[in-house]
Amino acid sequence: MKEEEIRVNPAWPPSRNWIGLGVLGIIILVVVFSTFYTVGPDEVGVIKRFGRYMRVTDPGLHLKIPFAESVTKVKVKRIFKEEFGFRTIRPGVKTLYAPDKWQDESLMLTGDLNVAVVEWIVQYRIVDPYKYLFKIRDIRKTIRDMSEVVMRMIVGDRSVDEVLTVGRMEAATEAQKKLQEILDSYESGIKIVTLKLKDVNPPDSVKPSFNEVNEARQDRERFINEAWQAYNKVIPKAKGEAEKMVAEAEGYAVKRVNRAEGDAKKFLALWSEYRKAPEVTRKRLYLETLGEALRKVGKIYVIDSEQRTILPLLSLEGGEK
Amino acid sequence: MKTVRPERWIPIGVAVIIGLIVLSSALYVVDETQQVVITEFGQPVGKPITRAGLYIKKPFIQKVNYFEKRLLTWDGSPTQIPTSDKKYIWVDTTARWKIVDPLKFLQSVGSERAAQARLDDIIDSATRDRITSTSLYEVVRNSNREFVVTEVFVQKEEEIGEVTKGREYVSREILKEAAKVVPQYGIELVDVRIKRLNYVEEVRQKVYARMISERKRVAEQYRSEGQGKKAEIEGMREKELQKITSEAYKRAQIIKGRADAEAIKIYAQAYSKDPEFYSFLKTLETYEKTLSGDSVIILTTDSELYKYLKSTTK
Repeated sequence: MKEEEIRVNPAWPPSRNWIGLGVLGIIILVVVFSTFYTVGPDEVGVIKRFGRYMRVTDPGLHLKIPFAESVTKVKVKRIFKEEFGFRTIRPGVKTLYAPDKWQDESLMLTGDLNVAVVEWIVQYRIVDPYKYLFKIRDIRKTIRDMSEVVMRMIVGDRSVDEVLTVGRMEAATEAQKKLQEILDSYESGIKIVTLKLKDVNPPDSVKPSFNEVNEARQDRERFINEAWQAYNKVIPKAKGEAEKMVAEAEGYAVKRVNRAEGDAKKFLALWSEYRKAPEVTRKRLYLETLGEALRKVGKIYVIDSEQRTILPLLSLEGGEK
Repeated sequence: MKTVRPERWIPIGVAVIIGLIVLSSALYVVDETQQVVITEFGQPVGKPITRAGLYIKKPFIQKVNYFEKRLLTWDGSPTQIPTSDKKYIWVDTTARWKIVDPLKFLQSVGSERAAQARLDDIIDSATRDRITSTSLYEVVRNSNREFVVTEVFVQKEEEIGEVTKGREYVSREILKEAAKVVPQYGIELVDVRIKRLNYVEEVRQKVYARMISERKRVAEQYRSEGQGKKAEIEGMREKELQKITSEAYKRAQIIKGRADAEAIKIYAQAYSKDPEFYSFLKTLETYEKTLSGDSVIILTTDSELYKYLKSTTK
């Protein structure tokens, strides 16, 4: 009978039954929405019943008691990043950084009471959603504060040279360890994934003098190289010349001995013949040699054996010209 | 089907609504992050509730005061403090605290903001006390860790003393001193840390000037080191050169000497068989060698050669 009425007269306002159905529908929808919930793949759901912690649920579709239980989703897979001393405006292939200096964060005292500008990043993950939600209120601020605390403590124990050069890695590792210790002591449920030093610089007004040191270091290398170059130019040559000198001496030695032997052999040969008839041979050799020699000679003067001086002869010679 | 008349519905509805209001005022939820003190007309009732869950109270007349149960942040503003060695520095501390006795907290400070203000005074004065009685390097450094030396060693203009306390120790001292005062507020001070530490502007300029002069000295040292090394290599080169040439000379002389000696021996052995014949041959050889077209020979009439010449011309 009622239904007929509706069919006959579907016009507004609807009957009271329709209102009832609508309300019921809304109630059912609300109940369904507060019963089912989904947890994304990078998060977990933390379920509280009347404010009290009950359980943690994994990714997927789940049921809970409507109204009494509430869910808080915590991104446990995501890695969060904090920057110190600089800000990234837009990450990408060509990352854009904020032009400000943020020196409040980055300026710090080193162990040798100098000043360094240190920029770094901290990456962290939530490993314990229970602790993360219920143990510390402002966890991001805590991570930032403690990062600064730790970094200044570490840099404060190192010289400025060390922080700028060889000590970077070691300082970062040490800082990461210390930061984790502090956060653990607060029961933060946070795991520091990495702590990395970015730019570490001397303050701007000191920079030129640091560069000067680098130049000086290069100058030193250059001086040394130049000296070695000169060394290498001279020494091998000298070695070669020394070898030559020795080789020449050896050549001389061979020659000298050979000649001596030759001369000796010749003499012995002559002598063995001469011995057979010394008088004749002697005279013959003398005359033959001189006869040969005299042929070459231009002038021969003969003077009496009584003559005391040969001077008159020589002046005569001069006069002839 | 009988229709219910609206006149009957009204009282039921009113009753339900009143019931709901009463219930919502009687029931309250304490969250995992909260703790609660119930007050009745401002007067605390019973023990504070620190366990999360659903609770019941007298509706309307009892009030629920919620307090944070988690660790809270306190961040001080930087203050200028002189160290015991009269260096002015900016010190910025940060602390972590929590409400451990909400009842006391409610009675003594009432709100978090008021508590922060109390902490400002307490931690600031504790920090000031500690820093002024500590020298700068004790606050900056944390231990006596040896620096890794990377540059040439340059004597410091300012000697840094032995670190007996270090920053962590100083932080702990501040915490200890401040923590003594706070329990009366129902607060526990968990940690106090020195966050930032910087020179005041004038000191900073001086430090920069010192850093610059230090660098210049390092640079100078590098240069002179380079020059020294260069001279050293040059000296080595000269030495090596002299050694090589003189050694070669020595060897050459030895070789030649040995050969000469050998030759002498050979000659001597041969010529000693008949020295007279040798000198005769040598004389002839000399004549042969020395006489040439320009030579003039003067013969005495009694010389052997003259006799010979006479005989041949006859």
